[in-house]
Amino acid sequence: MSSDQHGERPRWLDRPETVTLIVHSLWVICAALVVAEFFYHKHPYFRFDGSFGFYAIFGFAAYCFIVLSAKRLRRLIKREEGYYDE
Amino acid sequence: MSELLLNPAILMMAAGLVALVLPRRALGIWAVAVPLATLWLLWTLPQGEAGRLTVFGIELITRRIDGLSFVWAVIFHIAAILAGLYAWHVQDRVQQVAALIYAGSAIGAVLSGDLLTLFLYWELTALSSVLLIWASRNPTATKVGFRYLVIQVISGLLLMCGALVLYRDQGTVAFGHIGLEGLAGWLIFIAFGIKCAFPLLHNWLQDAYPQATPTGTVVLSAFTTKLAVYALARGFAGEELLITIGAVMTAFPIFFAVIENDLRRVLSYSLNNQLGFMVVGVGVGTELALNGAAAHAFAHILYKALLFMSMGAVLHRVGTVKASELGGLYKSMPVTTIFCIIGAMSISAFPLFSGFVTKSMILTAVGGEGYWVIWTVLLFASAGVLDHSGIKVPFFTFFFHDAGHRVKEAPWNMLLAMGITAFLCIGIGVYPEPLYAILPYPVDYAPYTAAHVITQLQLLMFAALAFAVLMRKGWYPEEIPSTNLDTDWLYRRLLPRVIRSLLNGMWAIDRGARAGAMAVVNGVVERMAKSHGPEGLMSRNISIGAMVSWVSLFLAIYLFLSFY
Repeated sequence: MSSDQHGERPRWLDRPETVTLIVHSLWVICAALVVAEFFYHKHPYFRFDGSFGFYAIFGFAAYCFIVLSAKRLRRLIKREEGYYDE
Repeated sequence: MSELLLNPAILMMAAGLVALVLPRRALGIWAVAVPLATLWLLWTLPQGEAGRLTVFGIELITRRIDGLSFVWAVIFHIAAILAGLYAWHVQDRVQQVAALIYAGSAIGAVLSGDLLTLFLYWELTALSSVLLIWASRNPTATKVGFRYLVIQVISGLLLMCGALVLYRDQGTVAFGHIGLEGLAGWLIFIAFGIKCAFPLLHNWLQDAYPQATPTGTVVLSAFTTKLAVYALARGFAGEELLITIGAVMTAFPIFFAVIENDLRRVLSYSLNNQLGFMVVGVGVGTELALNGAAAHAFAHILYKALLFMSMGAVLHRVGTVKASELGGLYKSMPVTTIFCIIGAMSISAFPLFSGFVTKSMILTAVGGEGYWVIWTVLLFASAGVLDHSGIKVPFFTFFFHDAGHRVKEAPWNMLLAMGITAFLCIGIGVYPEPLYAILPYPVDYAPYTAAHVITQLQLLMFAALAFAVLMRKGWYPEEIPSTNLDTDWLYRRLLPRVIRSLLNGMWAIDRGARAGAMAVVNGVVERMAKSHGPEGLMSRNISIGAMVSWVSLFLAIYLFLSFY
């Protein structure tokens, strides 16, 4: 049910262009953060965390891994809502 | 005697009892004024041990204020004040009384200098907090409350056993460093571990917290588990086992949080994950790590309360916090939306928010000690936090598909409580020095370095980008009504089944035994009937005539023989 069905004026966030704009801004921010790699002094704890773009790659990969494996986990542990019948 | 009474915990609990007879309309202001007053008292009390009491020759210390207990006592007070304000409108006497006694006993536990006093307060937190679950007044909450209570009481009993064994072995119940040596150490460790929601002992938390009242969950989220973290920091700092336990705790709940539909349960999994960071800090045990654990507990209580407050406000207005039934609420509850986002950014540890200046102390300590596997797990868990608390909770509640709910904004007192909490979350993030000043050890740590800000932003923004990509591709798991199995399945399904089949087995054996006995009895009865029945040998009727003739025959023989 959207704003229209309530007789409301559609909001800025309801428009698909806005969502696209937000996602594009995210890409731009991420690109800027990669460029920032050249402009600060690293002091890694170990060797691997000092490699180029480590945090960026790790953040993206870890997130995908978590979400996609949780989706798999659902096949194993998901039951209907009233499973425990309480 | 006055030393005993001059204790914020005792006074707060006494105020809780006073609330039993206060006019209902005064309950709200009472719930705020009392912790404010006792916080002032705490601030003026001198450091050191006081309130000594000798019971059966055992010396108890009811008030110990030092670097470690002070920071916990302060944040417990702040949490009580904010929760009181948030629940200002609640005129349910049970909840208001329980909240004060619960907060008071948690503070008492933190201030206790010996294990027996700790035990008393430990059990009292269990008994008072369960009322906040039962106050939901529905059959599910009643059942859940009992499960919660049983587990909490077991934790208390283990603590008491451990304290008694320690007293037998060492002649003291002083609550200092305990360590994992001997039976006493392990008993107390497991007692703390249950309350701290260690992996496999954790599920009482996700079971119980989502069933409490909207305001009750906010209270619950602050005390019990952080009390356990305090107890671990006091008794088991530097135990390497805690590092592994904590790392597992940060990682596994995030998978459950991703697919959970009840958003207060999502936050409970997230709470569990945050506790993991603190447990790791305690396990590392260096000054920086312990400071990190204390600071993170402080910041965590605030942002977690803020998140639970925002979900409580939604529950209060909409009547549900199921992600599958929510969406688009920013249109009706814009202020709550902003506060929820502030909580989400704090827990995700964005720069300028509280998590950024506290969690990083733990990660720095872990990295500095060279635990690279643990450090990587914590970083991995940080990306997970961004998903379930940073994005999932605000996104599916306030944005995404408009579910069509048109409700009023949260009541003024909820908004005010959320506003102050949000202010504190940002305040700590922007200006952490006052928090650093009350940590147990001197702080030599600067969170705002270019490297820290940029790397943290890279981690978070790229994780957010992953969310956007997965969402647009349609690969993000949708929110669906469901129950997900966790370890509670063991005692909610498996154990009853095992007991049922055991009982069935016993019934069968019993039935068999009784049938056998009946067969024997029947056999005996039948044989008796055969021999003694009307046609039986023993009851055959021999005629008198025949008997007389036999007698005469015998007499005749006797006579005949007597002649010779």
